[in-house]
Amino acid sequence: MKIAVCVKEVPDTSVEKRIDPSTMRLSRDAGDRTLNSFDLNAIEQAIRLKEAAGDGEVVLVSMGPARAVESIRKGLAMGADRAVLVADDAAAGSDLVATSYVLATALERENPDVILFGQQASDGDGAVMWSAVADRLRLPVISQISELTVAGGEATAKRQTEFGYDTIKTALPAVLAVSDAINEPRYPSLKGIMGAKKKPQDVLGLGDIGADASRAGSAGSKTEVKALNAPPSRGDTQKIEDDGSAAEKVVAFLIERKLV
Amino acid sequence: MDFALTEEQRMVQATAREFARERIAPEAAAIDREHRHPAALVAAMGELGLMGITVAEADGGAGLDNVTYALAVEEVAVACASTAAVMSVNNSLVCDPIGRFGTPEQRTRFLPSLASARTLGCFALSEPEAGSDAAAQRTTATVQSDGSWVLSGTKNWITNGPVADVAVTFAMNDRSAGTRGITAFIVPMDTPGVTAGAPDDKLGIRGTQSSQIVLDDVHLGADAVLGQVGSGFKVAMSTLDGGRIGIAAQAVGIARACLEASLEYAKQRTSFGKAIIDHQAVAFKLADMAAAIDGARLLTLRAAWLKDNGLPYGRAAATAKLVASEAANDAARDAIQVFGGNGYVTENPVERHFRDAKITEIYEGTSEIQRIVIAASLVRDGVLN
Repeated sequence: MKIAVCVKEVPDTSVEKRIDPSTMRLSRDAGDRTLNSFDLNAIEQAIRLKEAAGDGEVVLVSMGPARAVESIRKGLAMGADRAVLVADDAAAGSDLVATSYVLATALERENPDVILFGQQASDGDGAVMWSAVADRLRLPVISQISELTVAGGEATAKRQTEFGYDTIKTALPAVLAVSDAINEPRYPSLKGIMGAKKKPQDVLGLGDIGADASRAGSAGSKTEVKALNAPPSRGDTQKIEDDGSAAEKVVAFLIERKLV
Repeated sequence: MDFALTEEQRMVQATAREFARERIAPEAAAIDREHRHPAALVAAMGELGLMGITVAEADGGAGLDNVTYALAVEEVAVACASTAAVMSVNNSLVCDPIGRFGTPEQRTRFLPSLASARTLGCFALSEPEAGSDAAAQRTTATVQSDGSWVLSGTKNWITNGPVADVAVTFAMNDRSAGTRGITAFIVPMDTPGVTAGAPDDKLGIRGTQSSQIVLDDVHLGADAVLGQVGSGFKVAMSTLDGGRIGIAAQAVGIARACLEASLEYAKQRTSFGKAIIDHQAVAFKLADMAAAIDGARLLTLRAAWLKDNGLPYGRAAATAKLVASEAANDAARDAIQVFGGNGYVTENPVERHFRDAKITEIYEGTSEIQRIVIAASLVRDGVLN
């Protein structure tokens, strides 16, 4: 079984996020960078699926600057087998549309049985990349998965909803986006860290994966940021300190406004 | 000169930091309060490779360098000094001498399980009447006609003693030969005649168990000797040189915990209409802590780097331990002052740091012993060495 996990390098969560006013993009140069923490759940699940199946391959697929390979090595240290990073100047400034095109093109080349995503990336917090990639690949997609089994060419997933759980079964290949409740990602062991650099990690250009540069980067993006403004003030707020009756006060507040 | 860490060093530092923050820190107060050996944490650290960081891969370790080791101990000590002490002893005082002086059979028998924390080690040098004066060993090792040994005596303040599976133990086999009459042995703790006493009731690092170890006619094979007969003092002293890097790193970690807690508190606590960090009297304390921590960490990493490069590091390790342990105690005292009354109660962690810091000026060579090592090197090697 071949499992691809889409991952992303993001600014470390301890770094204060800043928008560069000249590019209207998140400034990615300042501070430490790290692997998106939600991706760790997807990598952990991929390794568990491989372990449960007894064999297979876990390949990390990413798009980003060439230096991102260092962050991605954390996934290799956890136990993924190899990594593919699409790094190309022409891919810089990709929005959701362009990024999903590049990732889908790279994934087609890999032809995996299972494509895993974390629920979102901690920088953009879009939480839609998995559905965009699934749409491009014309594959079934299940999101917010809190339990997952893969066997006999099928995936069975428990999907968390506002009202409970849906249990969904799909044929493979499929795109599966896991929630951060699905598992507790392992820490990379020291042996894993020492072995990570020796694992195959291909840094490829758009041409290498057969992607059309005009559909990637700023050229392929449909999003235009017109302006950036601070969010409006919330106005009058009411803070309820919990002295044991907070729940009742909140309910009374909602009833008063006919919200429940 | 290059101060940059390698990618592997940064990755191990990150793993140790995440593990320490997410797994160790939430338990640290309870470990201290309950005098609890952190068995589950130690087991998890063993699986990650943190309990035998510099043990060769062929011997079941992670095969990493001493710089990485120092970085990892610091991270663990920020969360819990007790856990860091257990870690430092197993790495520096048990795995290290068995790796350096052990026969292939001894390494194969003991290191894979020690490095993965399936077993835990202790270092039995100190005695009731032989602390800083380690050469005054009263424990005897008597060779038998078949080459086997019988050990008798009492060891004192042995860190990990009550929970250890194996003890690197020192005994006098020839009193007339002075320090050259001391021999090191590897003693499984389940050997008949070996008993660990009740855990000491200590001021700090209360999660780290220490006790007496009584050796009562303990029969050991000839293969229990670690190194050469009569080379035990060299084994002990060279091991403590390396151990001081671990304790210096532990002290840096305790100091950093004090600074992190103080900074967070000083930003949110207000007095006289402003955050106390805006009072220079408080701000300067934090600046002094940060400066001392930087200096202590650089000294610690330099000692580790010297060891990694096969260069003499005894004076550097002694300097690092002396400076770092004093930095930890200064930082802990100042942290309580920053917290005021809130620092004197167990609700906040700085009183624990204050109690934990003190041991770093005592074990693996008191500050006075470090000064003796440094002064001896001044006389022998000169100022610039």
